[in-house]
Amino acid sequence: MSQTATKRKGFGATGRNALQRLLAFSALILMVIIFSFASESFLTPSNIVGILIATTVIGILALGVTFVIISGGIDLSVGTVMTLSAVMTAIFITNLGLPIPIGILAGVITGSIAGWFNGFLIAKLNIPPFIATLGTLFVARGLALVLSDLAPIYFNDAPEFNLIAMGSIIGSVIPAFPVPNIVLVFFAMAIICGFILNRTTLGRYTYAIGSNEEATRLSGVNVAMWKMAIYALGGCLAGVAGVVLAARLNSAQPSLGFGYELEAIAAAVVGGVSLRGGQGTILGTVIGAFVISTLTNGLRILSVPQEWQIVVTGLIVILAVYLDIVRRSREPGAT
Amino acid sequence: MATALVQMSQVNKKFPGVNALADAHFELLPGEVHALVGENGAGKSTMMKILVGIYAKDSGQVLLEGKPVNITNPKAAEAAGISIIHQELNLMNDLTVAQNIFIGREPRKWLPFIIDEKKLVANAQQLLSDLHIDLDPNEKVENLSVAQQQMAEIAKALSFKSKVLIMDEPTATLTDREINELFRIIRDLRSRGVGVVHISHRLEELKQISDRITVMRDGHTIETLQTKDASIDEVIRLMVGRTIFQESPGIPENPSKEVILEVKNLNRGRLVQNVSFKLHRGEVLGFAGLVGAGRTEVLRAVFGADKPRSGTIAVKGKEVKINSPSAAVKNGIGYLSEDRKRFGLATSMDVQTNISLTVISRLSDKLGRVNFGKIKALAEKFVKQLGVRTPSITQLVQFLSGGNQQKVAIAKWLNADTEIIIFDEPTRGIDVGAKSEIHHLMNDLAAQGKGVIMISSELPEILRMSHRIVVMCEGRITGELPGGVSTQEEIMTLATQRVGAKAA
Repeated sequence: MSQTATKRKGFGATGRNALQRLLAFSALILMVIIFSFASESFLTPSNIVGILIATTVIGILALGVTFVIISGGIDLSVGTVMTLSAVMTAIFITNLGLPIPIGILAGVITGSIAGWFNGFLIAKLNIPPFIATLGTLFVARGLALVLSDLAPIYFNDAPEFNLIAMGSIIGSVIPAFPVPNIVLVFFAMAIICGFILNRTTLGRYTYAIGSNEEATRLSGVNVAMWKMAIYALGGCLAGVAGVVLAARLNSAQPSLGFGYELEAIAAAVVGGVSLRGGQGTILGTVIGAFVISTLTNGLRILSVPQEWQIVVTGLIVILAVYLDIVRRSREPGAT
Repeated sequence: MATALVQMSQVNKKFPGVNALADAHFELLPGEVHALVGENGAGKSTMMKILVGIYAKDSGQVLLEGKPVNITNPKAAEAAGISIIHQELNLMNDLTVAQNIFIGREPRKWLPFIIDEKKLVANAQQLLSDLHIDLDPNEKVENLSVAQQQMAEIAKALSFKSKVLIMDEPTATLTDREINELFRIIRDLRSRGVGVVHISHRLEELKQISDRITVMRDGHTIETLQTKDASIDEVIRLMVGRTIFQESPGIPENPSKEVILEVKNLNRGRLVQNVSFKLHRGEVLGFAGLVGAGRTEVLRAVFGADKPRSGTIAVKGKEVKINSPSAAVKNGIGYLSEDRKRFGLATSMDVQTNISLTVISRLSDKLGRVNFGKIKALAEKFVKQLGVRTPSITQLVQFLSGGNQQKVAIAKWLNADTEIIIFDEPTRGIDVGAKSEIHHLMNDLAAQGKGVIMISSELPEILRMSHRIVVMCEGRITGELPGGVSTQEEIMTLATQRVGAKAA
């Protein structure tokens, strides 16, 4: 009766899911091979570092989006919440002259509050996630423009901010690979998120709510509270992404961020996070983020115009979602 | 005699327009399997939902081990040691068996939010082997068969140390072998003193497993029998023994022998197995059976709403390929779904739009411009013809009563020149007056030479309306009865005739 025991310790990793990860990983390898043949400048240390940097912001956003999508929701606001967080950090450090750690904290807290606000709209006021987070997208975008007075804020008085972020601990050991520290921040976030998703109650209820919200509620789990926590976590990571972006650019750009949400969602979906909820892994999302950034990078190296890169990204999202639908429709028991 | 685990007496519950329970009573002893039977809508589920606090009773008394209790929500029921397994399983497919069993109650380590996965699996393993349930706690629920999922549910229910376990039609979708496994577990529970309430339509199966049988009908508790003294015939008699419909049967003569629809060897999943039937011009063909017998599934497949695996459909002697509802409509087949609001009508639109929806292209010119004058004329014609009670044809359908909504849905199909009309539970949830009008309407349609198929769970309605009655059980047609002269008992006997078991 019972099939061979799966020895896997974590959860959320089915055979199918592993397959999608493998698929995404194969696609990544394939792209690397194709782009290396197509251009000599692709597989160079400086370009690899470039890809890593490009992955960082999208990757951190995608980590937060992963939780939200696994819980059966969606968060369209992460891009502009990130911008708002960056602006907040800049205001604290530049305009108010407060120490850098306080500025970082301000950015992360801003993101968390925005995420919690999404969760409140969705869990307490029953506004559909798509609409609620679309609203927040504009609220955050508008606030970022208002607070920054429509102009970028530079960290001229705190040059260490950029130096710490773009400095390289790895580069001091392996000078050929000056991987900036923000990339380490991304990997650290990924490890923390993996732990939360696989080992904590928050992670467990994320899968449970996405799998069958009503059953989870009937099991006595406070679904509304956990949903707010999930969106708050998504917002918190958008805050981290905002701080990282600000540090990298040495400024807060209030008009940036629009469109990042779709790339983040694309990264998660390409990595096997199912838009119907219940399925997905952090490892998958990390691979998905690399697929998106490598593709963008490769197309740029091949001198494909940026407009066309956007078209390709859109098609990749559609393809990934279609694969997800095909995967789900083959599920046993589904009639 | 031991104190009863559960003692419910003089329980009353009214829903709008229905007396769901009227002075109903029920008793469950420790270590007993108590079957609860009755027709659809007899009040079985309502009674159990009151016991677990999903519904609040209007009046009456519930004693738990001799002490009065007032359970107001499912959590309180669990705390009191009462668990219910619903017909639709309530599991999280993407989690493992162990994770499902202890959802919301995970053991923790180090910090209050870190789950001790090892202990979780060990606890689940312990529970499963205590219950002699052969399941891998690490298996994901989506990879389990329905029977295995049910066992996971049972394990989850009993992890609350339940003394009372209620199972609502647990065997409806199981195979015989799986049922035997389930029964083994139920017997095991009984020997531990757990009281099991078993709601089922499968009467011969209740003979095997239950100690006592309580029969309900129209919200009343009719009788509680010792299973060993009861015959299935007697149970059926108690289940259906109500006074037949007030109006006398009114089945008009149908001289036509022309076959307007012929379905042969239709198959789709377990609810449509080798289904063949014929429909004559001018006939009302009743489809009887219990909920979940596959009647809706068969006719959805005929209508092209679901794709059958095999089988042929012939309309007026010509074989046709129907792979979508629009193909069905082209072949003159219309379908009025069970759930009017969800499938049949655009309730936020007005009467005239709904009536003309199926023919809007015919009422438009070549450029696609809609001729509103024609729509108005058409809508007015049907509103008059069918007696739809609406202040105007621009009234939104959502503001009409159930019966009038149904008439609008019917009008929709009439103007599409439909010759075969399938009514799925056409009078469910509408009042007696409107019901009778709809019955007359169906008779009129048949008299005009259309073929009418009516699915109904209400036996008197089936008996009163149908020229012939097709009875289904578990996806198969178990028999055909002539209308008018057949009895409810005959239908019930066929409707409970499972594979490999003959109703006595």
